[in-house]
Amino acid sequence: MKVRLQDHILVPKHEILSKDKAEELLKLLGITREQLPKIKTSDPIVKEIGAKPGDIVKITRKSLTAGESLFYRLVVD
Amino acid sequence: MVPKNIAAIKFEVLSPQEIRRMSVAKITNPETYDDDGFPIDGGLMDLRLGVIDPGLRCRTCGGKTGECPGHFGHIELAAPVIHVGYAKLIARLLNGTCRKCKRILLKNERKEKFIEEIEKRIKMNQSYDDIVKEVFRLTKATKKCPHCGEEQVEIKFEKPTFYYEGEHKLTPKDVRERLEKIPDEDLLAFGLDPKSVRPEWFVLTVLPVPPVTTRPSIILETGQRSEDDLTHKLVDIIRINQRFLENREAGAPQQILEDLWELLQYHVTTYFDNEVSGIPPAKHRSGRPLKTLAQRLKGKEGRFRKSLSGKRVNFSARTVVSPDPCLSINEVGVPVEIAQELTVPIYVTPKNIEMAREFILRREHPSANYVVRPDGKRLKVIDSNRKELAEMIEPGWIVERHLMDGDVVLFNRQPSLHRMSIMAHYVKVLPYKTFRLNPAVCPPYNADFDGDEMNLHIPQSLEAQAEAKILMAVQEHILSPRFGGPIVGGIHDHISGLYLLTHGNKVFSKEEVLQFIRATDVKDVPLKDAYTGKEVFSFILPDITLEFKAEICQGCEKCKKENCEYDAYVIIEKGKLLCGTIDEKAVGAFKGLIIDEIARKYGNSEARRFIDNMTKLAIRVITGLGFTIGIDDVDIPKEAEEQIEDVIKKAERKVDELIRAYKDGNLEPMPGRSLEETLEMSIMRELGKARDQAGKIASRYLGDENSAVIMAVSGARGSMLNVTQMVACIGQQSVRGERIMRGYTYSKRSLPHFKPGDLGPKARGFVRNSYRKGLSPIEFFFHAAGGREGLVDTAVRTSQSGYLQRRMINALQDLKVEYDGTVREQTSGIIVQYKYGEDGVDPMKSYRGKAVDVKRLLREIVGGAQQ
Repeated sequence: MKVRLQDHILVPKHEILSKDKAEELLKLLGITREQLPKIKTSDPIVKEIGAKPGDIVKITRKSLTAGESLFYRLVVD
Repeated sequence: MVPKNIAAIKFEVLSPQEIRRMSVAKITNPETYDDDGFPIDGGLMDLRLGVIDPGLRCRTCGGKTGECPGHFGHIELAAPVIHVGYAKLIARLLNGTCRKCKRILLKNERKEKFIEEIEKRIKMNQSYDDIVKEVFRLTKATKKCPHCGEEQVEIKFEKPTFYYEGEHKLTPKDVRERLEKIPDEDLLAFGLDPKSVRPEWFVLTVLPVPPVTTRPSIILETGQRSEDDLTHKLVDIIRINQRFLENREAGAPQQILEDLWELLQYHVTTYFDNEVSGIPPAKHRSGRPLKTLAQRLKGKEGRFRKSLSGKRVNFSARTVVSPDPCLSINEVGVPVEIAQELTVPIYVTPKNIEMAREFILRREHPSANYVVRPDGKRLKVIDSNRKELAEMIEPGWIVERHLMDGDVVLFNRQPSLHRMSIMAHYVKVLPYKTFRLNPAVCPPYNADFDGDEMNLHIPQSLEAQAEAKILMAVQEHILSPRFGGPIVGGIHDHISGLYLLTHGNKVFSKEEVLQFIRATDVKDVPLKDAYTGKEVFSFILPDITLEFKAEICQGCEKCKKENCEYDAYVIIEKGKLLCGTIDEKAVGAFKGLIIDEIARKYGNSEARRFIDNMTKLAIRVITGLGFTIGIDDVDIPKEAEEQIEDVIKKAERKVDELIRAYKDGNLEPMPGRSLEETLEMSIMRELGKARDQAGKIASRYLGDENSAVIMAVSGARGSMLNVTQMVACIGQQSVRGERIMRGYTYSKRSLPHFKPGDLGPKARGFVRNSYRKGLSPIEFFFHAAGGREGLVDTAVRTSQSGYLQRRMINALQDLKVEYDGTVREQTSGIIVQYKYGEDGVDPMKSYRGKAVDVKRLLREIVGGAQQ
């Protein structure tokens, strides 16, 4: 039986950002890809959602102050 | 001045050629000055290295003292020596390369892979230390060269600068020869860029001599010259260097040369760092260790932390602080003596020239100390030249006048832990020698008046003054960004005073009330013969509507609101205090709901006005009515004492029972606890309960009028526990949260007064007396043990949290919230948070940490009519 990490309550929702959305985000923030926080391909959650180096992962976290907060990380090896 | 932008900084290692190229003089003579006190050519004070003696000119740039920045020289070392700073890296490199062919001990493909990885990291602006570390680990473990097949011998590195290949000792010369042969292509894998660094440069053949300006000599009163520690060290190096040369020329035996070589190595090593482990530090004649290059930079007293991160400033003053409730919270009282020394520049224009003249002409306080000509020359104003200078000034001059009422200054108390530790105040020049401040601003500075000193700084430009007024004024910091509530507010007597004024339905005569409100700016008062305290307090309230439970609230199960028998339910409607008592919850620092409401509804200026009025009113009330405590305030009637005695006796009996149950094995352990732990916990609980009961009895007999009780319940100072300890029973003393069981551990007792293994309350630090009754000698001892723990705790905590704070500030110092709400690192632009604090809320503008205060919004929209 394979356990899905995403089902665990302590693992926030991770999803791959589509090309258009990614470009939009970078434009909005006015930065290059390299300036984003990174996440390794060896990270279990990255393996699970099948993100490739260069993808941007959108993370929806629970937040004490805001209820829900968004975070973006660049996949690198 | 055109600002230059620094695009990047790159650190490289000086090559011998580079050292010779930047050198202006070859230094060979260990002497510094000749018999006439003139610098010797080729000596360490060579005039080409710059000048420190006034009157002489630099032979390189022609500048005088102060103009010439100094120039480097060099020493040609007779034999190569290891640079201590690179000793460890050298050891790694020697172990990472083949002893025969000097290639890296990795197959080409592996090497290329590592280099590729490193280059990728560099491109991504990330650290590649871990990869380099891995390379060193792998290469050291390789026993056979993959290129030439040579068996490898491990090179032992002995601190600080010695290398052994098996039994054979490597000289620095051997080391250098090996490093020279490492090919450029292999260096990349070790994390070295061959374009800027060659490993053989880690072994010095030529030593740079820093300019004299970096090591100035000082002239003692006796007229003797005292050289800098660095100069002493360089003298040693040159002397040994020359001796080595002479001995080699003369064909001295190998042994002597080797000894001299080692000595040279020692001097060069200590010249760089005099605190390396493994060798004794070089000492001054007096026995003091020399302060060499590394010591100049390192640590709290080093160049970085002492001279660059923290600098001494002009236009500042420091003295003891004392309270003055008559000052506004925006003001600071400055002694005349200080006001006459500190100055504010007046930039003379046609419009203010007459005023500037007047300052120059005045002989006392608001006068002028200096005038500055447009060419920057400062002229001191003295009685004999006043008239002359007053005539001379023209637009474009600067007159430095004394500090006066109304000037803005920055006021600071260390440790500056948060931004409220430095705030802008308006000057009020006062007699006597202390800085005066309104006690309501003690909380942000964490100041008290037991001898605290504070610093004062005068902004010198109009821009700085404007910025201080707009951003740093005390009134702009009434609401704290830490928790979104007021940090400036009433303390101690302010709270007691307002409690006395507003509690219950006290009535004051017209005369009394006029005295109370005399110092406030209240103008329109309805004419009456007598006023209630609540009416008086309402005079200083702006139009606000508020409802809350006061600090004195007893937490009844069902709140009776306006019918509260303790007068603890505060209702303020349209600026009128209808019922309830004003205490810490209403006007105190950190809590102050009224201050909070005024600051949000009417802004900082109105909040300041309220605090000013409130402190003045409270102080006048408390001085008018009188508020004291004495020993008889903690006296209780005999019957109360008997009751307390009863309670304690009962508790002691209960504890005895518990102990007996434990000894007989009848004690039932609590879940997850051992029998002993269960016993300890039950005893502690029993004794704690007894003390609480004693406290209840005591406060019942003390009544609500007792000053200590008033202070405790209103939140002015102290707690009911403190009152209990004074009146009824001090209770269990503890060390590390447990009853005191240290001392004669082998005989299982804390003092020889008890039987071994005695578990009773007395033997374990229960103090049954009150401070009023006094402690028995044994109780006193236990009390001291408990007290000592508190002292040690605070001492340890402050030092630890100080270091923690330092590390945190270093880590966070260049994070900034950008206009788009993201938090970014300033130099690299890396994003840390996509929205500040995840919700994008400025805590200072939040309501106690929450983004919106729904209750307040509701009240504003629906009006006071709800409920």
